[in-house]
Amino acid sequence: MKKDEVPQDGDNMHHGTFKQLFYAVDQSGEYTPVTSVGWEPENVALGQAWEEVELRVQETRDKVLAGELSPIAYYMERTLLDLPLLARKVGKFQWQVKRHMQPDVFRKMKRNLIERYAGIFAISADVLQKGELLPFQRPL
Amino acid sequence: MTAFNHVQTAHCETGVISNMFRHYGLTISEPMAFGIGAGIFFGHLPFVKVNGVPGTTYRIWPGAIFSRVCKRLGVKMESRKFSSPDKAMQALDEMIAKGIPVGMQSSVYYLPYFPPSYRFHFNAHNLVVYGKNGGDYLVSDPIMETVTTIDRENLIQARFAKGFPEPKGKMYYPLEVPGKVDLKEPIKAGIKQACYYMLKIPVPMFGVKGIRFLAKRVQKYPEKEGDRRAGLYLGNIIRMQEEIGTGGAGFRFMYAAFLMEAGALLQNEALKSIGKDLTAVGDLWRNFAFEAGRVCKARAANNISYKELGNMLLHIADEEEKIFRRLSNVKLA
Repeated sequence: MKKDEVPQDGDNMHHGTFKQLFYAVDQSGEYTPVTSVGWEPENVALGQAWEEVELRVQETRDKVLAGELSPIAYYMERTLLDLPLLARKVGKFQWQVKRHMQPDVFRKMKRNLIERYAGIFAISADVLQKGELLPFQRPL
Repeated sequence: MTAFNHVQTAHCETGVISNMFRHYGLTISEPMAFGIGAGIFFGHLPFVKVNGVPGTTYRIWPGAIFSRVCKRLGVKMESRKFSSPDKAMQALDEMIAKGIPVGMQSSVYYLPYFPPSYRFHFNAHNLVVYGKNGGDYLVSDPIMETVTTIDRENLIQARFAKGFPEPKGKMYYPLEVPGKVDLKEPIKAGIKQACYYMLKIPVPMFGVKGIRFLAKRVQKYPEKEGDRRAGLYLGNIIRMQEEIGTGGAGFRFMYAAFLMEAGALLQNEALKSIGKDLTAVGDLWRNFAFEAGRVCKARAANNISYKELGNMLLHIADEEEKIFRRLSNVKLA
């Protein structure tokens, strides 16, 4: 990659504040560091990853509202976690966390466990216990 | 307060090495650290999934470059992990009070200064804390343009994030840094190791074989995974190739820069010429990402485009194999 080929496709993924560094070749054939505001394919892939997050959050929200899943499932997606990672964070086995995603089990959950989950989701324990589904805001 | 000379780099691990060693008077460029640490690599791990998407890596696993560079340059590091955040923060405070900049492993999800759209749960990010201002810590994050700060709460979260690879408050700092080092032997050892990992490692998902392995899987994505997953898998290959701190093509360019620098240092024309040719392979990776980005954007998976993308990868594998075969035959007296 030549110095003048370093892509500068800003689409605000970097929020205008961040430039990434690349090594590129200058006129004399030597490598030199050059900063870039972004690159189209990467922006596409990153945008797609966020769309997928949005989609999963929405799907899970629907299931919670339909009474199929507990708010734990919703907030797991909203916090960009998956089952292994959430289980690791809350210090339970995956099958236990799966149980907590059942609305009946969730309703009988102890307060201190609710508080532990709420801490991981960075929300208040009351919000979680009441089953309030705070909106998801994609950071773009 | 400790002065810390921050230089922005392309990758966090090699960046911390370069910035930290310079603080102790040992000047090693980022590409040189990458080369001596044999950082260049390829691996496709279909069974290691993050959010259901298989992982691809364009460099050696986290921490390997660091330990190899230290060993080869004779730097003695102290690395510590902690059972509790309080102990970890106290140990950090003690070190920076003594004026010692401290490297640490962290999760990018909890770094408030990071561009928000990049804040996924990735636990192997490296940064340097070099001081304190009131309650805030002064941070030299090698991929950022300038130094920044982080509050105590977020730093604790970042240092004690759960999930693989778990930081457990890991922090490290040099105990002994040699002032001047002859780079010849470290360069030789680094090149030898890189050639082994790219050509000979007996794992089908690793090295040049790994690129071919991925190529064949990509060609089957549409029929095996369907539109949505095929697009996601492909998108992840691009993201791992280009995103901050990962960078597939970026790593090819960085290794090429290393070969050029090493060639100039050892007055070896062969290294320089291989460096030039590796630049061309980096450009092939970029073309691949460009085409893959178009396929992602089009959404509907069609067999022909995935077939072609697989063929591009096969071509890249052939070219990388040539590069590393030539490299393994270079005589470094």
